[in-house]
Amino acid sequence: MTLPNRASLKVVDIAAPCDEPASHPSADARIVDVTPGADRLPITQVKEPHATLSGVTRYFNKHGSKERFHALGPIDLTLYKGEFFSVVGPSGCGKSTLLDAFAGLAKPTDGTVTFEGHVVKGVPDGVGVVFQEDASFPWLTVRDNIAFGIRMAGLDAAEVKRRVDYALGFMGLKDFAKAFPAQLSGGMRQRVCIARTLVTQPRLILLDEPFGALDQQTRLLMGDELLRLWRETSATVLLITHALDEAAMLSDRVGVMSARPGLFIDIVETGWPRERDSTVVSTPRFGEINARLWDKLRIESMKVMGAGGA
Amino acid sequence: MASAEPDVKVSANGRMGRRARWHISTESYLRAAVVIGFIALIEALCRSGIIPHNTMIAPSSMLMNSIDILHSGRFSHDILTTFGNIIVASILSVLLGFGIGLALHAVPPARRAVEPFLSAYYAVPTFIFYPVFIVVLGVGARPIIAIAVLLAVVTMITATLNGLDRMPTVLHKTALVMRLSPWRAALHIKLPATLPYLFTGVKLSVAYAFIGVIASEFILSGSGIGYAIGYAYNNFQNGDMYGLMFIVLVSVTLVNVALNRIDRRFQLRRKR
Repeated sequence: MTLPNRASLKVVDIAAPCDEPASHPSADARIVDVTPGADRLPITQVKEPHATLSGVTRYFNKHGSKERFHALGPIDLTLYKGEFFSVVGPSGCGKSTLLDAFAGLAKPTDGTVTFEGHVVKGVPDGVGVVFQEDASFPWLTVRDNIAFGIRMAGLDAAEVKRRVDYALGFMGLKDFAKAFPAQLSGGMRQRVCIARTLVTQPRLILLDEPFGALDQQTRLLMGDELLRLWRETSATVLLITHALDEAAMLSDRVGVMSARPGLFIDIVETGWPRERDSTVVSTPRFGEINARLWDKLRIESMKVMGAGGA
Repeated sequence: MASAEPDVKVSANGRMGRRARWHISTESYLRAAVVIGFIALIEALCRSGIIPHNTMIAPSSMLMNSIDILHSGRFSHDILTTFGNIIVASILSVLLGFGIGLALHAVPPARRAVEPFLSAYYAVPTFIFYPVFIVVLGVGARPIIAIAVLLAVVTMITATLNGLDRMPTVLHKTALVMRLSPWRAALHIKLPATLPYLFTGVKLSVAYAFIGVIASEFILSGSGIGYAIGYAYNNFQNGDMYGLMFIVLVSVTLVNVALNRIDRRFQLRRKR
C-alpha cells in the first residue's frame, strides 16, 4: 500500500502554536518554515524525490520469546535529491532502524523503501553508510582502510590512489596515512570511516550518529567538514543524531520522532542557505529552531523516562 | 622462559609508530629465576649422586647428548618423521577446525546441537581409538596424524566460533554496505577480523599436534622421536633418551615463542 507523503505536505509559520495534541503523530508531521520573509519556497516543493519510505513498519521479536514489539512506523518520508535531512528522537525510538531501512540493511515488516525510483532489496548501489561504532579495520593502515571499498569495487589503482589521496587531504589524515587505527583517537578513526564512505562517491549518504563519540568542539568542526563534503558532492544526506544543535546547524530539514513506536511528529525546515557553516549557531534563528525541536522532543523523552521508571 | 612485553611507541605523526622496545618485567625475571633455579637444583642433585645416573642424567649432559644426536645424525630420520607428522597434523587441524567452525557458526541450530559435545570433548581419552585407526588406516604415519588431528581439531573449532562471535556487528554491516559477496566478506573482512582469536586456536592446535604425534609414536610406530625415546628407555640408553627429550622440549619452546610473538602482533592490532 502506498501512502501519501505526509512528511512534506504542510508549511506552517513558526509563530503558530505547536503544542496541540496529535491524534496520529505521523499524520501531524509538518514543515515549519522559520525563514524570515514569506517569499521563499520550501525545499520540498522544488526538489525531486531521491529516496522514500512508504508505510514502513518494523516489528522485532522480543529476545528469547515469540512476542513482538512495535519498533517503528508506519512511516512515510521522502528525502529530496541533494538535501540534508536529520532525524532526532528519544532513545530507542527506531532512528537507526529507519536508517537501516533506507540502507537496505533491514527489511521492513511492512511498507516499501525506494531509492532513485527502485524498490530497495539489499544495499543499493550508490548508498554509503557511516555507523556510530568504530567500523575501521584494525588490520589495515589508514590509507588501506580508505581504499578498501573502492578496491573491492574494482577501481583501477591510479583512480584509487587519486581518490584516497584527495580524501586523506580533505579529512586531515595525510600525516597518518601509514598509521593503524589502534594508533588513532576515536575522532580520527571516525574520520577514516567517513573518508572510506566518501571515496565511493555515494549519492545517498546515511550517517548513524557519526559524531557520537566526539567532544563538542570537534563535533562543530566535523559538522563544518560534513557540510563542505555535502556541498561538494551534491549527495543527499540522512543524519541520525541525538544532538538537537547538530541537527539544527547542519540540516535543511529535521524530522522529530516520537517515542516507540517511532513516528514523525514534526518536520522542521531550517531555511539555512546551502553555503553555511557552524557560525549559524550564533544566529537567533538557530535558537528558535533548537527551541522548536526541544519543545517537541521534551514530551517524547519524558514518555521514555516515564516508561523506564514505571 | 623469561617473557618480554612489547612497549609500542607511537610517533607524533602516527607513521611508522610500531617500534617495539623490549623490556623484561620483574615477573619475567622471577619466572626465569624459578626455571634456572630448578635446572640448577636438578644439576646439583644429579652431579652429587642423590639422583642416580641410571634414573636421570644432569641437564648439562642432556644438552651435550642432544648436540651429539643432532651432530651425528643418528636420529635424523626419526626427527624428520616426527616434525613432518606434526606439520601435517597441525595444518589439517587448523584447516578442518576453521572450516567446521565456520559451518557451525553459519547454522546456529547445528551449533547448539554440537556445542555440548565440544565442551565435553577433552574428557574423552582420544588414544583409546588407536586400534581402530590402525585397522582403518593401517600402520605408519596416517593413524598417528589421525590421532593428532583428533586431539587438535576441537580447539580450533572453538577458537573459530569464539572469533566469529566476537567480531563486531558493525563489521558485518560494513561488508553488506560494501556489497561484498559472502565469500569476499569472509576472506577480506571476517578472516582478518577474527585472526587474533583464530591464532589462539592455531597455537593450541600446534601444541596438541606435538602431544598427539609424539605420544602416538610411543604406541603406534616403528619410527619417530616418540618411538626412539621409547626404544632408548626400554634399552636403558639414558643418554639418548634424555637427549631426545631435550630436543623435543627446546623445539616446543622455540615454536611456542615464535607463535607468541606473532600472536602479540595480532593482539596489538586488535585494540580498538
